[in-house]
Amino acid sequence: EISAPWTFHNLQELRHSASLANKVFLQRDYSDGTTCRFQTKFPSELESRIERPLFEDTVKRLNIYYAEAEKMGGQSYLEGCLACATAYLIFLCMETRYEKVLKKIGRYIQEQNEKIYAPRGLLITDPIERGMRVVSLQLLLLLCVCVCERETDKEKHKDR
Amino acid sequence: MLQLGVAEPMRECEYSQISTRSSTPMETPYKKRTPKKRKWQAFPGRNKFYCNGRIMMARQTGVFYLTLVLILITSGLFFTFDCPFLSVQLTPAIPVIGGVLFVFVLGTLFRTSFSDPGVLPRATPDEAADLERQIDVANGSSSGYRPPPRTKEVVINGQTVKLKYCFTCKIFRPPRASHCSLCDNCVERFDHHCPWVGNCVGKRNYRFFYMFILSLSFLTIFIFAFVITHVILRSHRQGFLNALKDTPASVLEVVVCFFSVWSIVGLSGFHTYLISSNQTTNEDIKGSWSSKRGKDNYNPYSHGNIFTNCCAALCGPLPPSLIDRRGFVQSDTPQPTPPTNGITMYGSTQSQSHMAAATPLMQSEPVILTDEASLPGRTLLGGPCSGALPLGGQPTPPTSTPNLSCDNGMLPTRNDHSEAHHHHHTDGVHHHFLTPEEAPSPPGMLPCGSPLGHSHTLQGFYNPASQDSLHEDSVRGLVKLSSV
Repeated sequence: EISAPWTFHNLQELRHSASLANKVFLQRDYSDGTTCRFQTKFPSELESRIERPLFEDTVKRLNIYYAEAEKMGGQSYLEGCLACATAYLIFLCMETRYEKVLKKIGRYIQEQNEKIYAPRGLLITDPIERGMRVVSLQLLLLLCVCVCERETDKEKHKDR
Repeated sequence: MLQLGVAEPMRECEYSQISTRSSTPMETPYKKRTPKKRKWQAFPGRNKFYCNGRIMMARQTGVFYLTLVLILITSGLFFTFDCPFLSVQLTPAIPVIGGVLFVFVLGTLFRTSFSDPGVLPRATPDEAADLERQIDVANGSSSGYRPPPRTKEVVINGQTVKLKYCFTCKIFRPPRASHCSLCDNCVERFDHHCPWVGNCVGKRNYRFFYMFILSLSFLTIFIFAFVITHVILRSHRQGFLNALKDTPASVLEVVVCFFSVWSIVGLSGFHTYLISSNQTTNEDIKGSWSSKRGKDNYNPYSHGNIFTNCCAALCGPLPPSLIDRRGFVQSDTPQPTPPTNGITMYGSTQSQSHMAAATPLMQSEPVILTDEASLPGRTLLGGPCSGALPLGGQPTPPTSTPNLSCDNGMLPTRNDHSEAHHHHHTDGVHHHFLTPEEAPSPPGMLPCGSPLGHSHTLQGFYNPASQDSLHEDSVRGLVKLSSV
């Protein structure tokens, strides 16, 4: 077990430290039209980092959520008609179904990061923060920070 | 054979490390922090924002005010001069219906004009670099001159659609998206740029636009019809000329309505056709899906029947805005627009990609140093490390600003590359937002500028003394690797 001087309690902190990381981008898959889908092809850079089924599972789940957000069915039509009838003022007090699903996606990504990706030194960025263009995965340099800590300790010992 | 010129940047870093702390505008631990900017203030497109980012319009709004004035004046005159007579003579329902239509027209107009049409935010430097790399690999060349327009083909519902690369936004445009040259943005499901509403019409505001022109057609016809009725009724009593003398406003209304009816009703009809066939104005004008292009040419986005197409366009889910105009600019997230603190790191896009080569260097260390710490079962000697060897020849003296040298110690900037990259872009599209001086701050900047409350371990990361030993170790590591 790596004894890291700090832990991933705060993913925000992790994002700060992840700035020197390499990034892998999953582009959009437009084969189904303009609906939001991401390519599930497993990038080669991740081969040593994460197991393929876990990764594919995450991306597939994201695609399912996006499909749910954009689904045109009874509920969305009802919402659309109601909104039109109230001159769209209803959105001042109620959030759209799309927004609700996006929040769900945000929570899902957070959960996946905490449970699966961060322990493997990866960090998924919510596509909404990148304009729904890409799912960005940051490969983190966790181990090197660990090393640095030891180095500074060694230096301190040398100086004394 | 690795070049061990890494020592040079180390020394620079050692000195500048101190100055970084005090001189960086981004990190001002002892000074009062400058208020955070909202994203709309740093928006790269040619849009105007009002009400602290809540309202978004195109740059030229003159015609929008004309539209507004015409509607207000005509309706105002109608309610003031014609309605009293008509409500008495015919029915009070007339001003009520008129009123409802008027409110609806204004509501939809404002909604169309003030909302985000579906602007696609520009690519972050990392993404742009990643795409460039992929394109270069595909083209097999990376020369200084601008390569031919980049396209990707995708098959949608059996039709081959070409996705074009946008040089301004540095993205491959999604299908049906187009770059508006007036607003300098890529807009999703771009219909057209409408000067009358002072905004682009795209995915997010198309339904409001349609509702606007539809309700305006009804209002125009309504006013036209009832003003004529009014004049006729008066003429029965007083004669035509006297009637006109009594209600001079009616003449103006009739004239305005007459000319508007043709254009607006015509436009409504046209857009009804577009909606029912699920096409955009852009596609229709270009004849993208017309059968004239080929027998097998059909619209892959159409749902098959008119009803579904209409429902989808008007009552479908409304996607949220992707540009988050009222959000705050985070100093750590990579922004396509540059902060103006003079950081010369245009080459960041290249340095990011070279970071890819550099980072495996880091990842290899634990193999030597932390042998007691068991790594999570994974071998880091595989793919990533093979990318480390091309690092030879990378180290270049860091660029002038102190900020950079902080991470230059770890990841040398490719100055020469950054020049080439700059040329590559400036020949191209107008209104390019990056110059070497205004380069976006790469994420690599961040730890230098991070708040003091941050963990000591991260500060230790940038301890120049440790970096020397770190590099020595990493070099040793690579040497060991190469011997394997």
